[in-house]
Amino acid sequence: MNHKRPVNLDISTIKLPVTAKVSILHRVSGVILVAAVAVLMWMLDTSLESAEGFASISEIFSSTPAKLLLWACLAALAYHLVAGLRHLLMDMGIGESLEGGKRGAVLVFVIALVLIVLAGVWVW
Amino acid sequence: MVTAATSFGRNGLADWVVQRASALVMTAYVFFLLYFIFATPDFGYEAWKELYSQLWMRIFSLLALLSIVAHAWIGIWAVLTDYFTTRLMGPKATAIRLVCQLLLAVVLVTFLVWGIEILWGL
Repeated sequence: MNHKRPVNLDISTIKLPVTAKVSILHRVSGVILVAAVAVLMWMLDTSLESAEGFASISEIFSSTPAKLLLWACLAALAYHLVAGLRHLLMDMGIGESLEGGKRGAVLVFVIALVLIVLAGVWVW
Repeated sequence: MVTAATSFGRNGLADWVVQRASALVMTAYVFFLLYFIFATPDFGYEAWKELYSQLWMRIFSLLALLSIVAHAWIGIWAVLTDYFTTRLMGPKATAIRLVCQLLLAVVLVTFLVWGIEILWGL
C-alpha cells in the first residue's frame, strides 16, 4: 500500500450528503438533549410539588423566552427520536441501500419538521 | 485501545445493544406521557399527581431515567472520541476529553439522584 497517497479527512472541505446532515444533526440534538433533560426534570419536580407549583409551570411558560426554550427542548427531542427510529429500522434491514438511506434521511427531516411545528402549536 | 476504557460496556456490541434498548424505553415513555396528557379528560394537577404516585409509574420513570444516563454516556462518548482527538485538537485532546467525561458523569449522577428524589418525593 502506498502510504503517501493523499487522504482528505478534513470534513469541513467535504460537501455533506443528506445522510450526513441527518447524522450530524442527530449528534447535535443529542448534546442539546443532555441540557434539555435538566429543564424537563425541573418542570417535573415543580409540577409535582403542589397545585401551586403545577400552576406556576403554565404561568412561567406563558412568556415568550420560556416558550422558545421549551420549544427548543421539544424540537431537539422530536428530531432525535425520529432520527433514532430510522436507526432502529435500518438495524432491521429497512432502508439500508444508498437510495433507501437517502430517502430515509429526507423522511426524517420531513417528519421531524411536522412534529416540531406541532410542538410549537402545542407550546403557543 | 485507550478509548475503550471510558466506553459504557467496554465493547462496541454491548454499547450498541444498550443504546437501542434504552432508546426503546425512552420512546415508550415519551409516547406514554403524550398519550396521558392528551387522553386525560381533566388533565391537571390531580391527574398528574395521581399518575406519579403509582408504583408502576415510578418504576417506569426510573427505567427512563436510567436509560437517559446510559444513552447519554454512550452518545457523548461517541461524540467526544470522534472530535476531541489529537488530530483535531493537538496533544491535550485526551486530557480535555477526560475532563468533559468527568463533568458529564457528575451531571448524569446528579440527574439520577435528583430524579429519584422527585419520583419518591424526598
